[in-house]
Amino acid sequence: MLRFIANRLLQAIPVLLVVISVTFLLIHSAPGGPFSAEKAVPPEVARALEAQYNLDQPLWQQYISYLGDVIQGDFGPSFKYSGRTVNELIAAGLPVTAELALYAMLVALIIGISAGVLAAVRPNTMQDYLPMSAAMLGICMPSFLLGPILVLVFGIHLEWLPISGWGDIPGDKILPAITLGTGYAAYIARLSRGGMLEVLSQDYIRTARAKGLSERIIIFKHALRGGLIPVVAFLGPAFAGLLGGSFVVETIFQIPGLGRFYVTSAFNRDYTMILGMTIFFAGLIIIFNLISDMVALWLNPKLRQQARGDQ
Amino acid sequence: MIDSSQQAEQGSSLWFDAWIKLRKNKLALVGFVILLFLIVVSLLTPWIAPYSYEEQNLMLGATAPSAAHWLGTDIFGRDMLTRIMYGGRVSLMVGFIATAVALIIGILWGSIAGFVGGRVDAVMMRIVDIMYALPFMIFIVLLMVVFGRNILLLFVAIGAVEWLTMARIVRSQVMTLRKQEFVEAAYSMGLSRWAIIRRHIIPNTLGPVIVYTTLTIPSVMLLEAFLSFLGLGIQPPQSSWGLLINYGVETMEEYPWLLIFPGITLSLTLFALNFLGDGLRDALDPRASKD
Repeated sequence: MLRFIANRLLQAIPVLLVVISVTFLLIHSAPGGPFSAEKAVPPEVARALEAQYNLDQPLWQQYISYLGDVIQGDFGPSFKYSGRTVNELIAAGLPVTAELALYAMLVALIIGISAGVLAAVRPNTMQDYLPMSAAMLGICMPSFLLGPILVLVFGIHLEWLPISGWGDIPGDKILPAITLGTGYAAYIARLSRGGMLEVLSQDYIRTARAKGLSERIIIFKHALRGGLIPVVAFLGPAFAGLLGGSFVVETIFQIPGLGRFYVTSAFNRDYTMILGMTIFFAGLIIIFNLISDMVALWLNPKLRQQARGDQ
Repeated sequence: MIDSSQQAEQGSSLWFDAWIKLRKNKLALVGFVILLFLIVVSLLTPWIAPYSYEEQNLMLGATAPSAAHWLGTDIFGRDMLTRIMYGGRVSLMVGFIATAVALIIGILWGSIAGFVGGRVDAVMMRIVDIMYALPFMIFIVLLMVVFGRNILLLFVAIGAVEWLTMARIVRSQVMTLRKQEFVEAAYSMGLSRWAIIRRHIIPNTLGPVIVYTTLTIPSVMLLEAFLSFLGLGIQPPQSSWGLLINYGVETMEEYPWLLIFPGITLSLTLFALNFLGDGLRDALDPRASKD
């Protein structure tokens, strides 16, 4: 198990290097410098600015020194928010986005798994069709459409819930979490239905039934563990999607998190900010993929044996 | 249950079987009809749109749906139905072209890796693995920022993201095909590798490829709408459903129909494509069929 983790972490290094190199090259090949938007900066000021951000050095030197900084966990200063570093901005946005993602994931897991299990227990009945049609609706209703509609209905017409902010008014976290979580609830419902159907047809479930165990114990104690493996495998990649979703949800609900910072810096052409955040996101995604692989391994004894056999 | 080798040999009956199965699937058929309708409307838009694309009527302003403007007008007095029809052209075009880009790269990459095998295969699939781990959504945002919001770049960027799964599907399909007798026979007749890939391997991988293509189009359209919603995709004066939703959100309190109609159109299209894709999967791939 330890070797598996070490192996995967070693594999992550070239991936991160590719990410850093590609983003670095992309950003430095962008037409127009980061300061070209500012109005008529005197040449000596421009030179001073360039010297401050090392832009006067040759590209490979900038790359080496940036790489050195990144390895030490330093993403440098922000181009647009003067006096603030990328690290500070990430530190400010991360807790907000993490909380939002956590709530959204809770919404997705609770709704998704219950709907999927309900559907799988009685396949091809109304108890199957209704949740699965709802899941299809959830998949076809992207967050940038669902969010505004929820705002329109629950915020503006019914006036039940606040429509923007984060932690300012009680209840302002509900709509963002539902908006971000619904799409994943739909996917998880489909995955857990498929997984449960497969497990429920296996011999050990028949044995459990033959032993006279109650349906409740069969489902929750025996089937769920195997049936949820596809869901767990989905959680790693889903995390990458949650980050993308946070761009939209944080923009709609005006939440000061990483996603909104990223979109804002994309509009402002805040190059160091984009560079730093891209690398940071890539690192996060790699870590979450690793965690979801490990949980899948822990849930599935067959895979565990294979991993041991490889050593 | 018929195994896949037999099916590969009896191509025509596989397609016939699939058609019969698909015809029984009502939802998939509905999806197919909706999709055909949208494509026809998009192609004919310049001739059948009730108003011209640029036509503004500032005196009129935003009005609710009426007999003259079935889906209402926006704040510049532009007819919403016309705007949605023109936006659909862009949205569908992005969906189809970006999927085609993904299709071409994915099929070539997957069939070469699967067919050549050995070290070439290992290296090629390792590259796919590495690219899977990259945060692509973020990369596309990055590309749009760096190189400006160019529609051609959007096609290529989205296509470049979506080919990975296609490559994997084609490769595994090719791996099973290349060991079969008719491929050996082709070898013994002295056909070149490229000719075998082109004449024998690619046609036989079509089933799963068609299924995955149908399911890729909605995800591509979703990606385009997502980018346009953030203001990083399609730029005015061009329009797409994502962009219309973006505008609709700004004025949804006063004029909710400006959000609701493009929203319904986008969702309906995604519905149609997803149901058609699911139906095709059940019809073309007996192993993957539900329960």
